[in-house]
Amino acid sequence: MANPTKNNTGFLASLKDSPSTDEFIKGLWRENPVFVQVLGMCPTLAVSNTAMNALAMGLATTFVLLMSNLLVSSLRNFIPKQVRIASYILIIATFVTMTDYMIQAISVDLHKSLGAFISLIVVNCLILGRAEAFASKNTLGRSFLDGLGMGIGFTFALFCLGAVRELLGNGTLFGWAFFPDTFQEWIVMILPAGGFFTLAIWLLIFNAAKERRATS
Amino acid sequence: MKEESLWYIFINASLINNFVLAYFLGICPFLGVSGKMETATKMGGAVTFVMIISSMCAYGIHALLVAINATFLQLISFIVVIASTVQLVEMFIKKMSPALFRALGIFLPLITTNCAILGLALFQTNKGYGFVESLVYALGAGAGFTLALVLMAGLREQLNFADVPGVVKGTALTLLIAGILSLSFMGFAGLGS
Repeated sequence: MANPTKNNTGFLASLKDSPSTDEFIKGLWRENPVFVQVLGMCPTLAVSNTAMNALAMGLATTFVLLMSNLLVSSLRNFIPKQVRIASYILIIATFVTMTDYMIQAISVDLHKSLGAFISLIVVNCLILGRAEAFASKNTLGRSFLDGLGMGIGFTFALFCLGAVRELLGNGTLFGWAFFPDTFQEWIVMILPAGGFFTLAIWLLIFNAAKERRATS
Repeated sequence: MKEESLWYIFINASLINNFVLAYFLGICPFLGVSGKMETATKMGGAVTFVMIISSMCAYGIHALLVAINATFLQLISFIVVIASTVQLVEMFIKKMSPALFRALGIFLPLITTNCAILGLALFQTNKGYGFVESLVYALGAGAGFTLALVLMAGLREQLNFADVPGVVKGTALTLLIAGILSLSFMGFAGLGS
């Protein structure tokens, strides 16, 4: 059994060594949760119909990811292996419940437009995946950076989708009109099908970029 | 709440607001297990079963939590019930058909984190469905999930024989097909009214 203070010194030490910056950077691009790992698809597609929703969802997920990574990492020596998944889910569910009430307190409108998808952060494979694959094996500091990197990468991807869908489907960005009145909205982009198409096109771009880098 | 006929609830959950193609719930298994027709059918069956059980449990739990005035525990208790149901199904399948158990692989325990199931439990609570209505809703959602999965598997089996450029292969292509499927499911929108 490790005592918690040990983890704290580990936290400071891990901030100093250089690989820890890599834990942060990797989530942004090289191992981007949405574009590269294709995790957490459900919220990605469902709430990315406007840039605002996408951003709010991304931030909420980042918060839960960060907190659960921290708690899982600090409890990693206490949780028995057999019940670890159940424990992780309970930890995540607790933070999601907190987030749910927090968003409701901040903006009722936002809470309404995100709907049940805030509660559904619990079943975002990304969060459980990071808890199992990273936080349960690494120090507090590294888990913190990993959670932050992954969260920002997720938010970035969601924003990419949301901005494109809102721009083409509604002609606006964050509610501001972006095109002249003559612009004909692509209604399909707001509809569920548009989510699939936009994500497919982003993935195509990523694949093409990867292929070009591989050949050069 | 306006009265909805049971038939309407079923059609609504399975076709009009298909969980996969309209609500984007359960996309992970939809993309992951839809490679082969046979696995897709059985996965659909397993998910439907878990949905029905957890829907009944969710109804009971919600009633209990309202009675003791602790609805903030709703999410936590739902997920625990779903996790235990999945565990049960996993043991059952392992015993009855080890071949199927291997075919489903990691996606079997991952039913726990299948948003469709938790989503179902939350939606039925939000809509204030009664016991029978919840059951029909779960049945419809399961049927819709299976339908989407099987359609996708059929398309992907055919695609194996097609000549596709390398860049498009994989998830991107699957997503494009899903988009087209989703477009065609919008045609059901007029059914309910």
